[in-house]
Amino acid sequence: MAPKQRTARKVSRNPELIRGIGKYSRSKMYHKRGLWAIKAKNGGVLPRHDPKPKPQAPSQKPPKFYPADDVKKPLVNKHKPKPTKLRASITPGTVLILLAGRFKGKRVVFLKQLPSGLLLVTGPFKINGVPLRRVNQSYVIGTSTKVDVSGVNVDKFDDKYFAKEAEKKKKKEEGEFFESEKEEKKVLPQEKKDDQKTVDSALLKSIESVLDLKAYIGARFSLKQGMKPHELVF
Amino acid sequence: MPFKRFVEIGRVAQINYGKEHGRLVVIVDVIDQNRALVDAPDMVRSQVNFKRLSLTDLKVDIKRVPRKKELIKAMEEADVKNKWEKSSWGRKLIVQKRRASLNDFDRFKIMLAKIKRAATVRQELAKLKKSAS
Repeated sequence: MAPKQRTARKVSRNPELIRGIGKYSRSKMYHKRGLWAIKAKNGGVLPRHDPKPKPQAPSQKPPKFYPADDVKKPLVNKHKPKPTKLRASITPGTVLILLAGRFKGKRVVFLKQLPSGLLLVTGPFKINGVPLRRVNQSYVIGTSTKVDVSGVNVDKFDDKYFAKEAEKKKKKEEGEFFESEKEEKKVLPQEKKDDQKTVDSALLKSIESVLDLKAYIGARFSLKQGMKPHELVF
Repeated sequence: MPFKRFVEIGRVAQINYGKEHGRLVVIVDVIDQNRALVDAPDMVRSQVNFKRLSLTDLKVDIKRVPRKKELIKAMEEADVKNKWEKSSWGRKLIVQKRRASLNDFDRFKIMLAKIKRAATVRQELAKLKKSAS
């Protein structure tokens, strides 16, 4: 406890009259700082601490090979990227309007932000055909309509869940060129279908409790005559 | 074709240009050919060009350049706020504001309601046509 009682910050005991000029002279400051007392304790000289013995660094052999030209080393970059800052208008349960991609115009429910920064989103699938999907925040309009997502557990979803399966290396032979196109048809694993069902069942209940919300989410958004996007309130 | 709304002390006007766009003010004095001194309960008294004012039908009974308290009292007696909100101009403004603040979901609900209303009107019309023919 004793060392913690001293203030962590070192405040100067010499108040500044004007920048560069302190109130007290050198001799006064010597007395104020108590250097006389420290010296008296130590027999007339300031105490001297011998340097702590450094741990023995392992002896390095001189390198066998020196490169002919000096190679410049790039500077160290310890910058770790943060996940994208989520807009304040987008909170779990917000209805978003997708602006690009296969589902453009669809209104969709936001679930959570994944560690990569992308937004995890679901239709729900039964209402508008949008499955559990990742979406970039930049291609989304956040409306002020919120759906209750307290009954939904989204902990198990992260970026690895959505990673593409590693394709088996195929040896392309001339004869099999056309046949190989027919073989691979990606079937969605049953596990993913079940995940979709569990997430959606909880959502559907809270959506159906609000009037017209189901029809709203099932409809696509489009700009009509006279709608000015910069004047619209979403 | 005679004029009905005059610039006079006590005339209620709406500022139609500038930072104070949309505010209801009372003309409190005339400065010169172009400008009026104008005041409102929640505003600092200031000068405004007549071109920036749209006169309304309402009038308040005040003397030239009244104190703020007297102005507020006179406006309460003339019941400017309620008369304005009941007038057709005032009602239109309220509707415009409401429409501008609509949510995307609200717009969707309104669209459904419009379709429903049009459908019932058309049904009634069809019935009437049938009974008339």
